Amino acid sequence: MAFEGLAERLQHTIDKMKSRGKVTEKDVKEMMREVRLALLEADVNFKVVKKFVNDVKERAVGQEVMKSLTPGQQVIKVVNDELTKLMGGEQSKIAHAQKPPTVVMMVGLQGAGKTTTTAKLANHLRKHHNRQPMMVACDIYRPAAIDQLETLGKELNMPVFSMGDKEKAVNIATKAIEQAKEDHRDYVLIDTAGRLHVDEALMNELVEIKEAVNPDEILLVVDAMTGQDAVNVAESFHESLGITGVVLTKLDGDTRGGAALSVKAVTGTPIKFAGMGEKIDQLEPFHPDRMASRILGMGDVLSLIEKAQTSVDETRARELEEKMRTADITFDDFLEQLAQVRNMGPLDELLAMIPGANKKLLKNVQVDESHIGRIEAIVRSMTSEEKQNPSILNASRKRRIAKGSGTSIQDVNRLLKQFEEMKKMMKQMTSMQKGKKKRKGGFQLPFM
Amino acid sequence: MSFFKRLKEKFTEQTDAVTEKFKEGLTKTRDSFVGRMNELFAKYRTVDEDFFEELEEVLISADVGVTTVLELIEELKDEVRLKNVKETKDIGPIISEKLAEKLDKTGEDAHLNMQEDALTIILFVGVNGVGKTTTIGKLAHRFKEEGKHVVLAAGDTFRAGAIEQLEVWGERVGVDVVKQTSGSDPAAVMYDAIHSARAKRADVLLCDTAGRLQNKVNLMKELEKVKRVIAREVPNAPHEVLLVLDATTGQNALSQAKTFREATDVSGIVLTKLDGTAKGGIVLAIRNELDIPVKFVGLGEGVEDLKPFDANQFVYGLFQELIEEETANE
Ligand SMILES: Nc1nc2c(ncn2[C@@H]2O[C@H](COP(=O)(O)OP(=O)(O)OP(=O)(O)O)[C@@H](O)[C@H]2O)c(=O)[nH]1
Ligand SMILES: [Mg+2]
Repeated sequence: MAFEGLAERLQHTIDKMKSRGKVTEKDVKEMMREVRLALLEADVNFKVVKKFVNDVKERAVGQEVMKSLTPGQQVIKVVNDELTKLMGGEQSKIAHAQKPPTVVMMVGLQGAGKTTTTAKLANHLRKHHNRQPMMVACDIYRPAAIDQLETLGKELNMPVFSMGDKEKAVNIATKAIEQAKEDHRDYVLIDTAGRLHVDEALMNELVEIKEAVNPDEILLVVDAMTGQDAVNVAESFHESLGITGVVLTKLDGDTRGGAALSVKAVTGTPIKFAGMGEKIDQLEPFHPDRMASRILGMGDVLSLIEKAQTSVDETRARELEEKMRTADITFDDFLEQLAQVRNMGPLDELLAMIPGANKKLLKNVQVDESHIGRIEAIVRSMTSEEKQNPSILNASRKRRIAKGSGTSIQDVNRLLKQFEEMKKMMKQMTSMQKGKKKRKGGFQLPFM
Repeated sequence: MSFFKRLKEKFTEQTDAVTEKFKEGLTKTRDSFVGRMNELFAKYRTVDEDFFEELEEVLISADVGVTTVLELIEELKDEVRLKNVKETKDIGPIISEKLAEKLDKTGEDAHLNMQEDALTIILFVGVNGVGKTTTIGKLAHRFKEEGKHVVLAAGDTFRAGAIEQLEVWGERVGVDVVKQTSGSDPAAVMYDAIHSARAKRADVLLCDTAGRLQNKVNLMKELEKVKRVIAREVPNAPHEVLLVLDATTGQNALSQAKTFREATDVSGIVLTKLDGTAKGGIVLAIRNELDIPVKFVGLGEGVEDLKPFDANQFVYGLFQELIEEETANE
């Protein structure tokens, strides 16, 4: 990750104010300077940041500090609460028309990810809501945009309505709705061409389509990496079309995604989905609270815990938590974790969600899934004594392990080093977590 | 001669369609940016802390990036002290001079490493949707206009419709495209393309790759492999590795530049979508922190909409109104 998170930034200030029982104005001012920088680095629009910082200042000063928190943490809590509020309280749902078909229009800048998102959404509606969507290819400008949607349609075995690139987009959209009614499709997803919000002619094309098909939902697709310009884009699209929601794409990247906050602040419409990868099933409902902590750089604890809970045995996890706390983890635990982690999904995705797991902590623990098999082989070649107590591994033992696992001594050494790094990291993380806001079920982090 | 005068003179020497197009592309940028600067100057008479704070905001709103902005502000403060500047209107020239200086570190920004009498290979890399394929189409057109024989390699074998998209560009521009089926190994496509380009005695081979987010370790490894295969077939190739960046991107562009450079030794940047309202200020931060030059800018979706980057033009575009005011007064 490119930037240190707020937690890290604030550590210094927090350390200084540990012993006090009330949050003073000076504390807040100092911390707000850091909050401001963190938000700006996260690409939140500067106007949005300004207003936010002022609001929080007012709320934070003079607060009694909660028992379980230090004054510094108290301020972070206020910041996080406010940010979550601003992001929107809860998850929101996609529209559903009384009389089918429900018409959804996808709009946005070039390269934002509209076509992919259209297919993902169609898949989502069918898979999770038992709907029968039809996709419509209205991008008549970008070379092979229609091919792209048709290919995705084939992959999904889902109908795509297209009339080539010679017909006007508004005509395609209109015909598509007729077709959908005839075919009893209950959702119509209209993919439109990417365009600049300052391109009047093309913005008018969207208005025409809107007037012709009367959509139940107009989703603005926004690249999560967008910078300060996100407000201009969102404002313009909203003004011309009255968007009803936002889809944030490419959130599987390492951007903080401050654009989410900007867009939410200027349009007031909810962010409904998040694109989490290039594969067609990598679309997830958007969680405003998690986004708040991501923007702040405090890690997505909740996502991690949720993910972990679905695939990890609870009591075993508690034991591990204890071990982690004391950094008393062995290669046996490691092996077990490896297996469990594999069930949870891509490792880098998981690691990115760990609080404090930013560049500093993760630099030496780079995860490359193609290496996991090798790691497993190495650990399996250890005797149980070695697994419990890796410090006894001398040169000849290492040679034997390398031979047994079909790897090299360097590989073995690398793993041992990583293992030590990991223990160190766990120690750091658990100490970071201690005293922080209590979470349901305590803190669990069985990631490796 | 003042800095602005020099800038303007240098600029009017090349008042051609290029400049016009560039200015047109930057109009929106300039209007809002300079508009804010003027607002700024009207609001504050004297150069004080409040003034700098506001200035900081103006630069941040252009996506320049906090670190670079803070650094820039510090330098400006020093300069203001040194030159004893008291009034805000006198600080405009200092600001733009600083920016131009930062963008113009090496002097030969837009220069491409072209091979004489041999195949020049240019590899395009970047995250999803930034404009790699489109830029290849536009650049192929440029080279063709120069009388060069161009071949395109359809190295994006992953995204649906990517090969077809490049083929449409090939037809549009009138150049050959070497492709394999969707899903095949991109390194193998490059191998094929190199041999085919050589057989055709082509001058330039432009290699498209699939968009990938820089934090995907495996995909970055794949890209390293693509580059390795090219280098194995042609020593010293690829002769340029161009990272395509979307001007709308915020601070993540820095992370993109860092990681793509680590993987593929990026030699230059193409900054696309400058025809929107995004200011692309992040290239300042990238130049500042990583010293990667911008070689081209994308100013639209048409074949002609790719122009060599010129730091003076860039700054001129940002501060055009201020510049005109000043030279009019002289
Ligand atoms: N306005 C504008 N649009 C551009 C510019 N460059 C590219 N585009 C558009 O941006 C969209 C994405 O461009 P592509 O060339 O497909 O991007 P890519 O990087 O190849 O995308 P992937 O292969 O999907 O990663 C297309 O709609 C292009 O027409 C530009 O300079 N200005
Ligand atoms: Mg492409």
